[in-house]
Amino acid sequence: MIEFIKDLLRHIIKGNKLYYTWLSVLVLVITAGAIAYFRQLDEGLIVTNMRDQVSWGFYISNFTFFVGVAAAAVMLVIPSYIYHFKPIKEIVLFGEMIAVMAVIMCILLVVVDMGKPFHAWHIMMTPNFPSSLLVWDVIVLNGYLIINMSAVTYVLYRAAHGKEYKMSIMWPIVLLSIPWAFSIHTVTAFLYNGLSSRPFWNASIVAPRFIASALCSGPALMIIVFQIARKVSEVDISNEAIQKIAELIAYAMGLNLFLYAAEIFKEFYSHSIHLAPMDYLFFGLEKGGEHHNVLVPFTWIALFCNVTAFILFLMPKMRHKFTTMNLACVMILVGVYIEKGMGLIVPGFIPDTLGEIYDYLPSATELIVTAGIWAVGALIYTLMIKTAIPIYKGELSLIPKEQRRKIPAH
Amino acid sequence: MKEKLFATVILAVIMFYVLPGLAAAETDIPKLTTTKPPFTEGIFPCSSCHASMPPNKEKRVLAFHPDIQLKHGGNWCLDCHDSANRDMLHLANGDLIPFDKVYQMCGQCHGNIYRDWKTGIHGKRTGYWNGDKTYYLCVNCHNPHSPKFKPIKPLPVPAKPLEIMKVKSTVPVVIEEKKLYIPEYDKANDKANEKANEKDKSSHK
Amino acid sequence: MRRRDFIKSAAIGLGGLLIPADKSDASMWERFFQKYFREMTSEEKKTVAKKLEKDYQDKTGVAINVRTTDSQPGVKFGYGLDLSRCIGCRRCIYACVTENNLSRKPQVQYITVLEFKNGEKWVSDLEESRKYYNHELVPEPGHFYMPVQCQQCANPPCVKVCPTKATWREPDGIVAIDYDWCIGCRYCMAACPYGARKFNWAEPTVPPDQFNPNTHYLGNRPKAKGHVEKCTFCIQRTRENPGKYPACVEICPVGARKFGNLLDPESEVSRCIETKRVFRLKEELNTNPSFFYFFS
Repeated sequence: MIEFIKDLLRHIIKGNKLYYTWLSVLVLVITAGAIAYFRQLDEGLIVTNMRDQVSWGFYISNFTFFVGVAAAAVMLVIPSYIYHFKPIKEIVLFGEMIAVMAVIMCILLVVVDMGKPFHAWHIMMTPNFPSSLLVWDVIVLNGYLIINMSAVTYVLYRAAHGKEYKMSIMWPIVLLSIPWAFSIHTVTAFLYNGLSSRPFWNASIVAPRFIASALCSGPALMIIVFQIARKVSEVDISNEAIQKIAELIAYAMGLNLFLYAAEIFKEFYSHSIHLAPMDYLFFGLEKGGEHHNVLVPFTWIALFCNVTAFILFLMPKMRHKFTTMNLACVMILVGVYIEKGMGLIVPGFIPDTLGEIYDYLPSATELIVTAGIWAVGALIYTLMIKTAIPIYKGELSLIPKEQRRKIPAH
Repeated sequence: MKEKLFATVILAVIMFYVLPGLAAAETDIPKLTTTKPPFTEGIFPCSSCHASMPPNKEKRVLAFHPDIQLKHGGNWCLDCHDSANRDMLHLANGDLIPFDKVYQMCGQCHGNIYRDWKTGIHGKRTGYWNGDKTYYLCVNCHNPHSPKFKPIKPLPVPAKPLEIMKVKSTVPVVIEEKKLYIPEYDKANDKANEKANEKDKSSHK
Repeated sequence: MRRRDFIKSAAIGLGGLLIPADKSDASMWERFFQKYFREMTSEEKKTVAKKLEKDYQDKTGVAINVRTTDSQPGVKFGYGLDLSRCIGCRRCIYACVTENNLSRKPQVQYITVLEFKNGEKWVSDLEESRKYYNHELVPEPGHFYMPVQCQQCANPPCVKVCPTKATWREPDGIVAIDYDWCIGCRYCMAACPYGARKFNWAEPTVPPDQFNPNTHYLGNRPKAKGHVEKCTFCIQRTRENPGKYPACVEICPVGARKFGNLLDPESEVSRCIETKRVFRLKEELNTNPSFFYFFS
């Protein structure tokens, strides 16, 4: 065992110049984020641009996006375990690791948003369950983290013993993880959806849209990460698997755009007073002689990205070409990041419940702290891959060296 | 003897039915503490000057009361003030009432508001919600000679979202004997508010 | 070991890692592990209140009084606001700031006075409201005013969403907050349809010589950064017997504000409901406020 840990550390340390540059950049960003966060702890959330009018901002926007990314795993789990689609089965582990990373980032993003994070334990003493959706979210997010961690740990544990995982143990985890993945989106969507005070969120289409867009952003991130992973390491990810994921994204994006269009139609056609937040997103609002339109360019960029990506994914020719597919993936990430982030959270508060319009954009502190959390996520994923790949490949093993034989890739 | 007994019974019956009725009529107006009418200093009692002056019912510019501008329907002084007893007011039926029961005077025309005032819907009360209350008189808020409520200066504008830290200090102002603390903003904030206000105004046009 | 105890000891361990070492004196620990107000015995409540008094005196040299008075039986507070009288003078805002020891910097105000142009749409989403009107004199001709503060809902969305039960509805109808139990997630602010809940974005400051020494634990006692607060119908005044009117009622120069016991048919607010046509803000949301607007 000690030998194994030593080996593990050796594998983490081992790396080329690019690897070390990458790590130092991440550590640098994390340090900057930590410094900014300690300042926020000291002075209070006044260092953000959030105020009573827009009381959730960039942190919660990023949280919402990463809840979506955490869906990555389930996109792979369904075809691989249920339909035994071989090419994807091999990479399911990496998808689950993305889920682990994303959920950890979600938890961090919520913690930095709290006014009194040291008192977060109060939630365990007097949980307002089942009334508060936030308690539900704490439960489902932590549950999802545990499920995916156990799946990853189990698969790697077996691999370290040179064995393939047993389906009898994997099945319950898989069966639990699929509804659970849907639950984290549904609960997070309900978190906003249930507030009658915010007409923009109080639409029953919010939860389905969450799932549809999550099924785009998570896999899009995976496609990009997988290509990087197979470039910089020896992990073998087949084109077939990537193509299959791309195909699934096309369907999901189609559904997402349809639901979005349904929402846009309803708002603009009925043209009730509840149109204001949507109007703010697309055209800006006029009030007291001032034009409030800071989110307008972002909204249109997001829409352009999502539609273009959908077209690119839809056409098999484009989908099969790696350059266009990667372009489409990046566009989806940008599009969904805006749409499911700032584009969902901020308009919920604009106009605020008393009709005031406060043009919220994140402060430098919010940007730096969030960047720090992104870097934490990237660091976690890098280290997970760095250790998982050799274990998976049999280079890092619990089997004593002399007994070891090279196990074939599954 | 019988007659006497009969008379007593009758009297008792009458007292039983009528007296509570009289008492009810008395307490129809709730027992209340009112504030004092807002007299200009030294002006009351009126009789100290008017006792020696013969009443003049003619509508004219009042030489001694130039501040009084009568903008209250078609009324003239002696419609309310009594010419015989200068320190009292008189109702339409001729009953004399003191100045601190002025609500009876106002209630003659403004019956709905008088009714609302008695139940606490109209007007202001201070004191205790479950104890003694002080009722403000009509004339504490409405100048009886020109009863329309006069515009007043509002207290400072609240700070805009990104300017909640730009408060230089808070200073006391005294309103109705109560000390309130209001903010003084940093200069930049004042300018921003002025600007916003200008914009506000121009957009209204 | 009971679940609570276990969690508590786990939290102690975690807290030990997180709290900056230089501040971790005994008093701070005590504050950190202070119990949930609703689970305190009345003895514990008194101890905690005494401690608050002492802390404030040690810090500023000013003596204050922190009460923990319970709600009175047979009382449900209600509030009436006569929109045909309000002139938008903002005296209520600052009477409230003064009475409730609201932070001067950063500026915290429980009451928002909104201005509307006559004939403008205004009831539901209030999107034509102007909060920053700045006239020489009020009322501005052709405009009317609507003050908004916590509506003390019977069906409060903020209580529903609070993850820690740090906010709840008291028997007398006041929606209270245990400031020390609030974790500052601001979910209640998102849920409140009336913009009533205010967050302490930075350490709240009130000059000690301006501090109102008569306080209530659930009301105007000293506060800290990172938690939510809001109007409590001046709990420190109205819970007493006899109880004073809230500060905003007492200062209103036009007598537009009415306060009293909804269960007493003779109270001002009951008479308003009985004889005037009242409405409540955003009634379509079914929050069932104890705050009634009317036109006399």
